[in-house]
Amino acid sequence: MIVFQKPKTLTDAPFHYCPGCTHGIIHRLVAEALEELDIEGEAIGVAPVGCAVFAYNYFTCDMVEAAHGRAPAVATGIKRARPDKVVFTYQGDGDLASIGMAETVHAATRNENISVIFVNNAIYGMTGGQMAPTSLPGQVTQTSPYGRDVKTAGYPIKVCEMLSALDAPAYIERVAVNSVKNVKNAKRAILKAFENQMQNKGFSLIEVISACPTNWGMTPGEALNWIEEKMIPYYPLGVYKDQTKEEKP
Amino acid sequence: MAEKVLMKGNEAIAEAAILAGCRHYFGYPITPQTEVAAYMAKRMPKIGGVFLQAESEIAAINMVYGVSSAGLRCMTSSSSPGISLKSEGISYLAGCDLPALIVNVQRGGPGLGGIQPSQADYFQATRGGGHGDYHLIVLAPSSVQEMADLTMDGFDLADTYRMPTMILADGTMGQMMEPVLLTERTKKEIEKPWALTGTGKKRKHNIVTSLSLVPEELEKQNFARYERYRLVEENETRYEEFMMEDAEICVVAFGVASRVSRNAIIAAREMGIKAGMIRPITLWPFPKKALRQATEKVRAFISVELSMGQMIEDVQLATQCRRPVTLCNRAGGMIPDPEQILAAIENTSEKMGGVLV
Ligand SMILES: Cc1ncc(C[n+]2csc(CCOP(=O)(O)OP(=O)(O)O)c2C)c(N)n1
Ligand code: SF4
Repeated sequence: MIVFQKPKTLTDAPFHYCPGCTHGIIHRLVAEALEELDIEGEAIGVAPVGCAVFAYNYFTCDMVEAAHGRAPAVATGIKRARPDKVVFTYQGDGDLASIGMAETVHAATRNENISVIFVNNAIYGMTGGQMAPTSLPGQVTQTSPYGRDVKTAGYPIKVCEMLSALDAPAYIERVAVNSVKNVKNAKRAILKAFENQMQNKGFSLIEVISACPTNWGMTPGEALNWIEEKMIPYYPLGVYKDQTKEEKP
Repeated sequence: MAEKVLMKGNEAIAEAAILAGCRHYFGYPITPQTEVAAYMAKRMPKIGGVFLQAESEIAAINMVYGVSSAGLRCMTSSSSPGISLKSEGISYLAGCDLPALIVNVQRGGPGLGGIQPSQADYFQATRGGGHGDYHLIVLAPSSVQEMADLTMDGFDLADTYRMPTMILADGTMGQMMEPVLLTERTKKEIEKPWALTGTGKKRKHNIVTSLSLVPEELEKQNFARYERYRLVEENETRYEEFMMEDAEICVVAFGVASRVSRNAIIAAREMGIKAGMIRPITLWPFPKKALRQATEKVRAFISVELSMGQMIEDVQLATQCRRPVTLCNRAGGMIPDPEQILAAIENTSEKMGGVLV
C-alpha cells in the first residue's frame, strides 16, 4: 500500500480520475515537489488537453489550460514573460508526442528553462482509448482493434531516446509509478526537474510510465503488472541525458 | 520634437508595438510580413525584450497565449496561410478573454496562393476564423502612419476589452514606404488581476482556461462576452468619410483599395459625378450605422475590394438592401486601378440616370 499525506499544494477538489489511474499519484508527486521546494507561490503550471485537463483545479499555484499539444509553447511564453517564476507543463502522450511533438522538440532544443512532466500511458485516455504514438506493437485500442500493426501504424515513439539525441536539453529521465520503489524514484526525478529550473539549468523532461486501467481493460492490479511486464521492457527506465553538471555556454 | 521618418509599413508596425510597451514578439517567416520579424529581431535584444522565431505559426500564437496569460503585452505577425494556422490559438485567446495583437499582412489565396497584396481574409478576420462564437477587433490601416497608430491603439483596445485584436493589412501596406511620425504615448495602464503572476501564497490561484463542460455555464460566459462585444460596437467603431457631404454614389473601401478609390472619386467629381467614400477603419465592429445613415442621401454603393467580394456582404447588411450595392474588385494579388473604379462609378451613375444636378 502506498499511503500519502495530502500536500498543501493540492486543493480540496476531489480528483476526477478513474480508480487505479496513476495520474493521481503523479499529481501528488508534483505537488510534493512544489511543497518541498517551497515554490507554490512562484509556480505557474500548464495543463494539457487530455485526462489531466482539470489539473488546473488541483494544484494551488497559478494555472493555465493550453490547446492540445501546445503546452511547451505556452510555457515558453510564460517563462519568457516571467523568468523568475517556476513554469511546468503536465502532458499526456497524445498531447506531447503526437499533436504537440513539434512544440516538445523545439522547447527541448532551445533548452527552454521549464520542467515537463510527461505522462505516458500508451493510450488516449480522455477520448476513450484510441491508439497513442506510444501504444505498444500489437496493443489493442479502439483505433487499432486488431492490435497496433507496425507496418501501417508505425512503431511507438520513444520520447526520451529521441530528445536525448538533441544537443541542448539539460535533463531527460524516464520513471514509472507502478511500485513503491518506482514511485520513490519518480519523486526524486520530478523534484530534480524543478530544481534544475531553479538553478537555470534549462529543459528537464520526466517521462512517467502510467496506468490507464479503464482503457486498457484491466483491473488496477493487472494494469500495474502490465507496466512491469510490457511497458518497462519497451520503455527502459533511467536517466537519458544529464547535462546539469556541465557549464553550458 | 519627434520628426517624421521614412519607413516601411511592416517596420512601422514593429516600432509602434515597441512604443506601445510590447516586449514579446513571436513569429515565423512568411512574405509579405517578414520585415516585422526582422525588425523585432534587431530591436528586441537591445531593449531587454524577447524576439523568438517560433517553430511554426501554431507555436508562435501559443507563446503569445502564454505571455498574455502572464499579463504582459505581446504580439505575433504573419500573412494569410500563417493566420489560418494561428486560428485555433486565436479562438483560445478569445475563449480565455486574453488580450493580444495579431497582425495579418494579407496575400493572395486560397492555399499557398501568391505573395501579392490581397484582402481575401476579410471573412476569416471578421467572422472568426477559428471555431466558436467570438470576435476580434479588426483594424484596417490605409497608410504607414495608420499602421503605426492602429498598432498602438490595438494594444490599448485589446487590454481594455480583454480580447485579441487584429491589424488586417495587405501586402501593399506592409511593403509601402511613407514618412511616419512615431511618438511614445503614455501607455494605458490596465489592471490585470486575472493574470498568472504566481500566487506568492498571498491569494487564491488564478486559472486561465476556456474549458467549461457545463453548458449552462458556457452559455453564460458566451453571453457575457457578447455583452462586452456590444460595448466595443458602441464605443469603438471607426471610419473615415471622404467627400460624403453631398455624395450620391458611395464607395466603400479599406486599406489599399481606399487609396486607389480616392483618386477615382476625385476624377468622378471632375466629371460632375457626386461620388464619395466611407472607409471603414474598424472592420469589426463594422460602421453599420454610418452606412445605414448614408442610405438616406446615397443612391448606390460600390464595394471596392481585393477579393471576390467579402466586405460587400457587410455593406448589404448595413444598408439593409435599401440601395443597390455593386462590387468592383480584383483578386489573387491584383489591385484595382483608378480607371476600373472610375468606370464602376460612371456605370453606376448612368444606371441612375446620369449626372444629377
Ligand atoms: C485539436 C484537438 N484535437 C483533438 C482533441 C480531442 N482530444 C482530447 S484529449 C485527446 C487525447 C489525449 O490523450 P493523451 O494526451 O494521451 O492524454 P490522456 O488522456 O491519456 O491522459 C484528444 C485527441 C482536442 N481536444 N483538440
Ligand atoms: S481514462 Fe485512463 S488516464 Fe483517464 S482517468 Fe481514466 S484511467 Fe486515468
